[in-house]
Amino acid sequence: MKTDKITELFKQELKVINMGLETFADNLAELGVQTQQVDWKPPAGGDAGLLELFDRLEANTELDIDAANAEAVSRIMQAKPTLVDIGIAADVVPGMHKKLILHAGPPVAWKNMAGPLRGAVIGGLIYEGLAGDAGEAEELAASGEITFDPCHHHDAVGPMAGVVTASMPVWVVENTTFGNKAYCTLNEGLGKVLRYGAYSEEVINRLNWMAEDLAPTLRKALHLRGPVDIKNIVAQMLQMGDEGHNRLRAGTSLMIRELAPYLVMLDEPKEKLSRILAFMHENDHFTLNITMPASKSSVDPARDIDGSSLIVAMARNGTEFGIRVSGLGDRWFTGPASVVDGLYLPGFSAADAARDIGDSVITETTGIGGFAMAAAPAIVKFVGGTPQDAITFTRRMYDITVAENDTYQIPAMDFRGTPTGIDLRKVVETGTLPAINTGIAHKDPGVGMVGAGLVRPPENCFREAFEAFVERYGA
Amino acid sequence: MKRIIVRKDSYYDSVVLMSISAEIKKIDGVGEAVVAMGTEVNLTLIKDMGLDSDEVRAAGPNDLIIALEGESEEVVSSAETKVNELLRKKSSADGQAAYRPTGVESAVKIMPDANLVIISLPGQYAGREARKALQADRHVMLFSDNVPIETEIELKKLAQERGLLMMGPDCGTAMINGMPICFANVVRRGEIGLVSAAGTGLQEVACSIEKAGGGVSQGIGTGGRDLKNERVGGTMVRMAVEALAQDPETKVIAVISKPPAKAVIPSVMDTLKAAGKPCVVHFIGAESAAGEGNIHYATSLEETARMAVALSRGERYTGQEFDMPEEEIAALVERETAGMAPQQQFVRGLFAGGTLTDEAVFALHEPLGGVYSLDPVDPAFELRDPHRSQGHTIVDLGEDVFTVGRPHPMIDASIRTERIEQEMEDPEVAVLLIDCVIGYSSHPDPAGAMLGVLQAAKSRARERGGYLAVVGSVTGTEGDSQNIHDQRRKLESVGCVVMPSNYQAAKLVERIMARRASQ
Repeated sequence: MKTDKITELFKQELKVINMGLETFADNLAELGVQTQQVDWKPPAGGDAGLLELFDRLEANTELDIDAANAEAVSRIMQAKPTLVDIGIAADVVPGMHKKLILHAGPPVAWKNMAGPLRGAVIGGLIYEGLAGDAGEAEELAASGEITFDPCHHHDAVGPMAGVVTASMPVWVVENTTFGNKAYCTLNEGLGKVLRYGAYSEEVINRLNWMAEDLAPTLRKALHLRGPVDIKNIVAQMLQMGDEGHNRLRAGTSLMIRELAPYLVMLDEPKEKLSRILAFMHENDHFTLNITMPASKSSVDPARDIDGSSLIVAMARNGTEFGIRVSGLGDRWFTGPASVVDGLYLPGFSAADAARDIGDSVITETTGIGGFAMAAAPAIVKFVGGTPQDAITFTRRMYDITVAENDTYQIPAMDFRGTPTGIDLRKVVETGTLPAINTGIAHKDPGVGMVGAGLVRPPENCFREAFEAFVERYGA
Repeated sequence: MKRIIVRKDSYYDSVVLMSISAEIKKIDGVGEAVVAMGTEVNLTLIKDMGLDSDEVRAAGPNDLIIALEGESEEVVSSAETKVNELLRKKSSADGQAAYRPTGVESAVKIMPDANLVIISLPGQYAGREARKALQADRHVMLFSDNVPIETEIELKKLAQERGLLMMGPDCGTAMINGMPICFANVVRRGEIGLVSAAGTGLQEVACSIEKAGGGVSQGIGTGGRDLKNERVGGTMVRMAVEALAQDPETKVIAVISKPPAKAVIPSVMDTLKAAGKPCVVHFIGAESAAGEGNIHYATSLEETARMAVALSRGERYTGQEFDMPEEEIAALVERETAGMAPQQQFVRGLFAGGTLTDEAVFALHEPLGGVYSLDPVDPAFELRDPHRSQGHTIVDLGEDVFTVGRPHPMIDASIRTERIEQEMEDPEVAVLLIDCVIGYSSHPDPAGAMLGVLQAAKSRARERGGYLAVVGSVTGTEGDSQNIHDQRRKLESVGCVVMPSNYQAAKLVERIMARRASQ
């Protein structure tokens, strides 16, 4: 019999991983043995049915899920998201037309839409000139004349309500490795804005200014400069205290640095240019609408890989949280959107909060955002934690991911790559849910942002996706 | 006054919770106290105690249930405070505290050169985790019991393919590179390699080696079914023997097990013969056999140790029944039997160690004309009710039937002290035979925990005009934190006769009962 590893052990220094009674590790530690205690919980929440599913999956020896996931995550890491253009949605977003409204998250019917999304739809219809006021907009939305569809179904992503209408300008990000593109509107700033469900005159006026002045000018500057390598920008952001989802201060500064020299070369009044630069400067989240399509374009080539349990989309529409899995095609698995645990702007409290909403969790799907929290210690103030907690959040995410990013690194963790590529199996087995940073919208249409914090996705959508995965791939 | 609290998603280890429950029950005025995870078994248990609620019924295995019943509001409140205090002590890992890995996969990321994974998780989950550890090329010590035999076969097959140690399931003791794994003693390192399918057997042999001046190179546990079950087929015993055969530190190999399945014996013996080093074999309860070539058979755990030490020194082993001179034994027997009342005629053995129980049962079954136990030599002597002794009875109080919802008697003395309280009311009991296992993970003072009840038992017999003999031994060493000498002194202070080994204790009981028969 083969015993070389045993005789080898006899010559080695004993190093022990302990699962269960801590006394066993304590005894050894007392004697100077290096030990690592495991914080064990019954897998799959102790659900015997789910454990059987794991057995069924493992019994299919023909299937190499790990290899499929390795392929999926390598595609995510090979991605080269590049900012190439600004276009008008109707011209560039696949399938976009006047009577189509895109929104964040999985599909949802008008009657089931949460406050912020309803508000954004109203605003979108007014902006498009399809309705004169909120009443008309609601009537039109309910009439069946308007089609609602997730951004994700059109190579797009949208923060919070994520509403995209035909005449809105959008960033165009191309993944130059694979040639696919992703789209996202330009960020409006914080406070009373369409994406938080506000639709007052001030909101519409700002959107008009963005379409008439901001977008065309930025487009000209971008063309003058040439494409911007966003992968490089994100890598730098993480070195500068951003995580790419809820803290983008460094990223926005970098974008200003990239664009300013070309903006000033344009034949435009300096007041106009100054307003554009000030608008970018005053809105730290300006770059979110670039990191999001960058993430979307990075993860899309990892979709539809046979046998892969990698999560390729997470998104919320304010009513439901949904995920998509590489090996399970276009299907969404959903659960009720959660209430965000966070800090509120003055004058607001948890009672005002809408449920979790937005496509911005695409950042976590590619290994930044909440997964890179350790890179952005300032973020933990949203949940009342310490920088050590930020590191803990990130470390937990290594338990549910398949790779460490080769480009995105965390200085505070000795430049360890961010946890990248969420494995559905690991989420279900460990019960560790993805850590997601997010903004909080007011529950009523028209109010806007009330806070920011950390959200816990609903467990059942991961379980249901896993059941479907075993149904498809189990023995 | 009842109070029931359910905490969602707060997992704690069951042994930790059992010891907290035990601690809470000691509070004056507390009737029932259950601090447990919401597993099906626990939910039934709580329901049976009348501490049910809708919330409890909805609880799952990751939810902590605290169910308290006491004579007043204050008592229940103070019990709850105490529970929280004890839980806090154990929960440095939850909430905002430092990160800890959640499984083998994530643990090896932190400790890439870890070479042994110790698993003491609930049996239904333990096999899965062991498999992952083996797949990650780490040796495994699987302490958990209640692991299905199919799982053990599968795990050992995997270990064999990969050349890894798969100690267990139900493996309580090992000594790897001089380090005590789980329940083990401080024993000097030396030239004797032990392979044991019996937990306290390994402890008793290792401690006897230390006493005899020898030392242990490696102590490899295999779990009780390794040789007994044909389908497991002695896989781990054979692998361990082969590894020790190649180990330059090991001069003598000793194998301890209950008698193997017939089909397994040839392959094990072939492996031992092929080892090329002197091998001492002790199959507890098997007919003693004559040695052959490098194989030597021992008749007791203690003899296994002494024979191995002699062989390691190139000496000839000469055995004797007792360390004490015959006259002293005779005087001791005289002293212990002198005051007994005529109706005192039975032996009651109350053990914490499983192998020590087996050794005592086998040593005494024939001389006493039959000993009742849960694992008898003769099926006719199967104990009818585990909780009630009949005739001569020797029980392993670590059996599942006694430990449901309670810590093992090697950790918590109460299972045994309660049983002694019961036995002392039986006027027919002549001798109490006990073990006392110390070392890492054992009770911090097992002898001390028994003193009160042993004294009470002795005086109860005196009140009835008789005399109760208490005979025992301590499995341990001077190096153990409980210290063998301190433990002996404590037992002796209440009139217990402490013999040098479990085997000699059983043999003394045999003499005492022989003397009784002639009285």
